[in-house]
Amino acid sequence: MSTPIASENWVLLLGSTSGIGKAIARKWAANGVNLLLAARDTDENNRLAADLAIRFGISAKPIAFDALAFAEHEAFWKECVAQTQGNLQGVILVYGYMCPRDEADRDAELVRKTIEVNYTSAVLILNLAGKEFESRRRGYICGFSSVAGDRGRQSNYYYGSSKAAFSAYLQGLRNRLFKNGVSVITVKPGFVDTAMTWGMPGMFLVATPKKVATDTWNAVRRKRSVLYTPFFWRYIMLIIRSIPEFIFKRMKL
Amino acid sequence: MPNCCLMHLSGWGNVPRQPANVFRPEKWAELKSIVGQAPSSSLVARGLGRSYGDAALNDGGGVVLQTHLDRILSFDPQSGLLECEAGVSLADLLDVFVSRGFFPPVTPGTKFVTVGGMIAADVHGKNHHRDGSIAEFVESFELMTAAGEVLRCSREENTEAFWATLGGMGLTGIIRTARLRLRRIETAYISADYQRAANLDEALAMFAKDDQRYAYSVAWIDCLASGESMGRSILMRGNHATVGELGPRQRQKPLVLKPKRKKSVPFNFPSFALSPLTLRLFNNRYYKRSRVGPHIVDYDTFFYPLDSVLNWNRVYGKRGFFQYQAVFPASSARECLVELLGRLSASKRASFLAVLKAMGKTSGGMLSFPMPGQTLALDLPNDGPQTTAFLRELDQIVLKFGGRVYLAKDACMMPESFRVMYPRLKEFEQVRARLDPQGRFASSQSRRLGIGGPA
Repeated sequence: MSTPIASENWVLLLGSTSGIGKAIARKWAANGVNLLLAARDTDENNRLAADLAIRFGISAKPIAFDALAFAEHEAFWKECVAQTQGNLQGVILVYGYMCPRDEADRDAELVRKTIEVNYTSAVLILNLAGKEFESRRRGYICGFSSVAGDRGRQSNYYYGSSKAAFSAYLQGLRNRLFKNGVSVITVKPGFVDTAMTWGMPGMFLVATPKKVATDTWNAVRRKRSVLYTPFFWRYIMLIIRSIPEFIFKRMKL
Repeated sequence: MPNCCLMHLSGWGNVPRQPANVFRPEKWAELKSIVGQAPSSSLVARGLGRSYGDAALNDGGGVVLQTHLDRILSFDPQSGLLECEAGVSLADLLDVFVSRGFFPPVTPGTKFVTVGGMIAADVHGKNHHRDGSIAEFVESFELMTAAGEVLRCSREENTEAFWATLGGMGLTGIIRTARLRLRRIETAYISADYQRAANLDEALAMFAKDDQRYAYSVAWIDCLASGESMGRSILMRGNHATVGELGPRQRQKPLVLKPKRKKSVPFNFPSFALSPLTLRLFNNRYYKRSRVGPHIVDYDTFFYPLDSVLNWNRVYGKRGFFQYQAVFPASSARECLVELLGRLSASKRASFLAVLKAMGKTSGGMLSFPMPGQTLALDLPNDGPQTTAFLRELDQIVLKFGGRVYLAKDACMMPESFRVMYPRLKEFEQVRARLDPQGRFASSQSRRLGIGGPA
């Protein structure tokens, strides 16, 4: 079943100034959705808001958000509800943090940052959204996890494990909110052509942010549970997950 | 410091092909740190890669891909004044603004160019004879210099940097944003008038007689025709159509076009595909079968016929091709054209696409291409060193008649020719030395042409 998204409604986009954030924002705006754009870099965010309003004729409001300022999450959330006058219909979380494993090996702070950005902050902010939507008995929550969370690999397991935890959180949230008519969509992109992956060795089957945004839009409209984008990553990860551990631990992945 | 990616790049002509460390900033802070800290020996900005030769290449150095800095920052529907980042493409501007009744004031033959690229090449379009180049419509731009400073450049502020950057091929810094004026239109259509000219004299006479009646004017010219019919052409001219000129169906939504399916050339063509024989057949057919007379045509078909075939450059095969465009003063235009076309047919070389157009005034850009007179553009398949040698022969003809070659297309001009063709080079070099004393910004082209001192 697809649900038409009415134009008087608003969506909160967390991490709007990232490459995927911009693509998601343009996709939603092209479909007439008003956007509350949350990001840390105020100047970049203002420029994005101007772009969306001019290109698509929607309302786009930038709002400052620091994922790691946990104590301010509640005030931030109240501000979001107030700014959209109760018309908030969905929350999309696209931000994430990844650093090369060898850098993280040398600096425990980077490991902590990976976990806190990708997992802790995401749980804390989406809990507030979940509570709101649960009581209103409508809305959707769309969280960007990663195929890297499907199996821990030596090359990328700090990032991977934080995304695995986030995937499990979204799974539980989906289970909890289903009866209230709130859908929770887990997006697991494969390699996407963003600043995060630009110039990284060993990239293949790289998708554009635009493709990911289109797939995500369709998944949200159809209230899908887990989206692999592009679709073939579902099968790649199926194979990778099915390798027995006693073999997998000997592999270089 | 943002990551860089080692890539092999080429211009639209697919020759030359060179490695570079490619940066792709998405935020202003990233752009600043690339300019300040990138370990590359030098940098040059690049947009959608539609310059044909080596202008947006930097062999072994750094290239800053601007395509992800593509936000539209403000638009005033009263004045048509637009402010946007340099990576915004003309295709995007058309998508956003045609339906609101605005059109780019100047457009080159492809819409897959960026605003930054248009300024760097001071591009011209089919309306140059009346309106001049893009410079006429650029109010100001922000230039990030080698020192990491951002200069606002306009006719009033940082004037020298303004005129050095317009047409300056990215050698003064990186354009961050620009403000330009769009043109108001009533419809998304062109009221076109196509006419045959039996030979060069007839074509030139038709340009001279009534070019001013048309906002847009260009001629397709058959380079293979010789003797009596040397220079036979089809003049393609037109004006923005008014609502009254449209048919009843178009009139319902005069600013909206039906989306078209794009075709694509999926692979490089084998080299025999474009032989003189196939070209002769094509040209004959094109000359005789083309629709002539007045008719209404949508802007996409009129301005961007080649854009409907993605990757059309692949028809020239993997050896690529050279595009050659020169302009020469009106007083010597006929003689120069006769000599160029004669040289072309004597060499048994065929140009798939050749275009002739009357140009209007110069813009004031120190390295800008346009000058009053006639401009001729040719495509020539790359057959190795002999093609390069041939193009340099053409350079000599152009030089002899006081003309110049377009830097956005050039891939093999010699520095000696360049210095004579561009008499304001010294002035440009002085401004560049002040803005960028260490030569932070350079391209394969600037080194080949010896801009800023011998390479």
